Amino acid sequence: MSIFDKKIAELHSDLDGKQISVSELVDASFQRIKQTDDKLKAFLVLDEEGAKQKAKQLDGQLSKEGEERGLLFGLPAAVKDNIVTQNVTTTAGSQLLANYNPIYNATVMERLGAAEAIMVGKTNMDEFGMGSSTENSGFQRTLNPWNNEYVPGGSSGGSAAAVAARQAFFALGTDTGGSIRQPASFCGVVGLKPTYGLVSRFGLISYASSLDTIGPITKNVEDAAYLLSVLAAHDPFDSTSAEVDIPDYISSLTGDVKGLKVGVPKELLGEGIDQEVKEKVEQALKVLEGLGAIIEEVSLPHTEYAVPTYYILAPSEASSNLARYDGVRFGVRSDKENNLIDMYKETRSQGFGAEVKRRIMLGTYALSSGYYDAYYKKAQQVRTLIKQDFDKLFEKYDVLIGPTAPTTAYKLGEKTSDPLTMYLNDICTVPVNLAGIPAISVPCGLASNGLPVGLQIMGKHFDESTILRVAHTFEQHTDHHKERPQL
Amino acid sequence: MKYETVIGLEVHAELSTNTKIFCGCPTEFGAPPNTHTCPICLGHPGVLPVLNQRALEFAIKASLALNCEIGEESKFDRKNYFYPDLPKAYQISQYDKPVGQNGWIDIEVNGEKKRIGITRLHLEEDAGKLIHSDFGDSTLVDYNRVGVPLVEIVSEPDLRSPEEARAYLEKLRSILQYCEVSDVKMEQGSLRCDANISLRPVGQAEFGTKAELKNMNSFRNVQRGLEYEQQRQADILDKGEAVVQETRRWDDANARTLSMRGKEEAHDYRYFPDPDLIKMKISREWVEEIRTTIPELPDERQARYVKEYGLPMTDAGVLTSSKDISDFFQDAVATGVDAKLVSNWIMGDLMGYLNAEQLELKDIKMSAVSLGEMVKLIDKGTISSKIAKTVFKEMLETGKEPAKIVEEKGLVQISDEGAIRQIAQEAIANNPQSVEDYKAGKTQAIGFLVGQVMKATKGKANPGLVNQLLKEELDKM
Repeated sequence: MSIFDKKIAELHSDLDGKQISVSELVDASFQRIKQTDDKLKAFLVLDEEGAKQKAKQLDGQLSKEGEERGLLFGLPAAVKDNIVTQNVTTTAGSQLLANYNPIYNATVMERLGAAEAIMVGKTNMDEFGMGSSTENSGFQRTLNPWNNEYVPGGSSGGSAAAVAARQAFFALGTDTGGSIRQPASFCGVVGLKPTYGLVSRFGLISYASSLDTIGPITKNVEDAAYLLSVLAAHDPFDSTSAEVDIPDYISSLTGDVKGLKVGVPKELLGEGIDQEVKEKVEQALKVLEGLGAIIEEVSLPHTEYAVPTYYILAPSEASSNLARYDGVRFGVRSDKENNLIDMYKETRSQGFGAEVKRRIMLGTYALSSGYYDAYYKKAQQVRTLIKQDFDKLFEKYDVLIGPTAPTTAYKLGEKTSDPLTMYLNDICTVPVNLAGIPAISVPCGLASNGLPVGLQIMGKHFDESTILRVAHTFEQHTDHHKERPQL
Repeated sequence: MKYETVIGLEVHAELSTNTKIFCGCPTEFGAPPNTHTCPICLGHPGVLPVLNQRALEFAIKASLALNCEIGEESKFDRKNYFYPDLPKAYQISQYDKPVGQNGWIDIEVNGEKKRIGITRLHLEEDAGKLIHSDFGDSTLVDYNRVGVPLVEIVSEPDLRSPEEARAYLEKLRSILQYCEVSDVKMEQGSLRCDANISLRPVGQAEFGTKAELKNMNSFRNVQRGLEYEQQRQADILDKGEAVVQETRRWDDANARTLSMRGKEEAHDYRYFPDPDLIKMKISREWVEEIRTTIPELPDERQARYVKEYGLPMTDAGVLTSSKDISDFFQDAVATGVDAKLVSNWIMGDLMGYLNAEQLELKDIKMSAVSLGEMVKLIDKGTISSKIAKTVFKEMLETGKEPAKIVEEKGLVQISDEGAIRQIAQEAIANNPQSVEDYKAGKTQAIGFLVGQVMKATKGKANPGLVNQLLKEELDKM
């Protein structure tokens, strides 16, 4: 088996057995990137020097017997570019931050560092996380490794493509309305969006603060459990970070779903969902049923309001979160200015892309005096209803299952001219963010166009263990995760 | 026409916590520009605020001292606007759930007591400082002040004159000072005041059109600005014209107010709950615990001075208006001397000196105990009140003990009857004109003779005795 297809645990045993060194892993990763990324364009920036230096240091440790090793010891990781990395350019996919070199590290980077992972580079994304295809990047378009005429999904398209193309052994993504799960689905990899508050947001460049989460994108479910074990922790630097006991995610992968109560929301398999996607999901449910799970159809009655609610709340928060990019203290300042107001206008007009501007305008409007009650406040009320829909079902069901996205990946440029259609594509993922619950996307087969389909498993607040267990069990009894793109 | 003035004040006070409200940077005043900053207060991408609990505690304490109700739940909102002194382009403030609401304080103007309502007290972060300097046409920004915790205290439109406004502001300052939650220095900007002022015909219930007045950076200027604005609006109304709703700025150099921006240019701040901060639950136990830390406040102290020391109400009011002065007074009285005498020295010589020299109590070297000792020396007749003025000045400047000053300078009062009588007789002998005047019934002529005796004794003669002996000698003639 190629090292690229090995799980974290297998790679660790290879490292222990001196069959491979950390430097070799890192070299292999960079070699792979060099072979494939000219075309794929998953990465915005590489840190080859830093990674190789770190690899040498870890190899030194490897030769010492009995030394305790981090959970991600020596493994090359890709990191989405809206996660702040000290001394490594961090742009969040925006031209406005093309020159931004952070003076601090995100909490998750500190945690990856403490677990001894090695960052190889920063991955491409829709600008500030706003998009579902990575076409809204201010720098480049990332291609889907399965078919280069298709988008990788977004906004964590770079991270998902990098893992699918085996450029890195795993990646960090962020998910505000589906940005981990949907690209994972489009690229045929595993993507986990944790419960809001489980993983610190400190150092995640805010898009919509009440929805933003950081999570892993991996080749398999077990690796996702490893990553989550490293990421999940209370952080005193994030007021919204929860103080909860962190279970042992790895040992929760028991392979048993007997008696598990699965709800299948009919709204997520109804109108607008591609027939083939629907079939793949139904086949997956059959597999779980065969393993002893109890499958029942359920309803999330407010689902139809989820997309409009999301597209009021997220842009409202974004309009405020992105106001700091004014050219005064950092970022690319327009040189055409002749007074303060013009400098603001020029800097933001040049620096932001069309979708970012659209959402800033939407949000500014929704928060304006006289419109607040009709939009922002109303949307908050609907958000509560959507959350209650989930709470009610979780009184009876352990997990809810549906598709991650209504379709497989679409073609580059296919939806860029029609933002509304693009927004509707988020129907399966945004309710999860609005409710703050965890969800995982796992590959559940290839459609006839040869592109992957993702199965979404949603769980109760802070019950990542169960969705990991279900996803893992499904994976162990199917071969979908063994499919890999021919590059 | 007769108008009634309606004024409401918005006061900002910086809280004297050690660190900023949402990060760990120090709040200390006067550091070199941009040295008290970090990625969080500079609003770098990805940073998040975490509330300094001490700031909330201080806001609750101030609310309680201002008789406000404390809600069980409070939250932060974002106030959005672009300005270079505001790194995030929004200020974390409070919109509809302030820490304190519905409070009041009592003021006294011209002997009349009045209760002024306090609408709300809310917590927020301060902005930075723009420095328009000599660097060509550019403006510099100092972010040290960004994130220093502030409370904004909004009064009801209960004030009816600039004088009342000033009295309210002074009372507010002393309460915050007593609570030790703020330095309350208008000159350093730790206390700032904006005012809303409007006029209406006497007897009319509805308010007139108001102007918001800014940039009044001293107590005196608050009163002056309001007086100017009161007159300006009255002139407009007298002409039958309408006052325009706008924000105006006090121009100190030219003693006038100037228009800053009209109503149409008013910002839409797009307030919404800050999703980065969780709602604050304020338990009743905590509120009661904080209540126990509130010291005796100026009004209570004033009443106590009247009752306990028999001071006149005015004396007690002046002494308690500043906590430092009041504490100083108490320490001096504690040495066992007459409170009224101490009060006279503080209100007269001490406060006069501080005002003239633009100093604060902490800047002088004299201790409260030594003031008490000095009063004792007067009481015992060791020095005269007149000599005491010299001793007092020396104490202020050197901090020396009064007894030591008296000894060093040989200032002990001459109370030797024989010695004084002899000098009195000499004075009488040398000034026949005065004697003649006295005999002719001009009793005030004795004053000149007293002066001569004091001159001859370098002011050390006991003035009462001098008077008495001179009279005796003159009457003998």
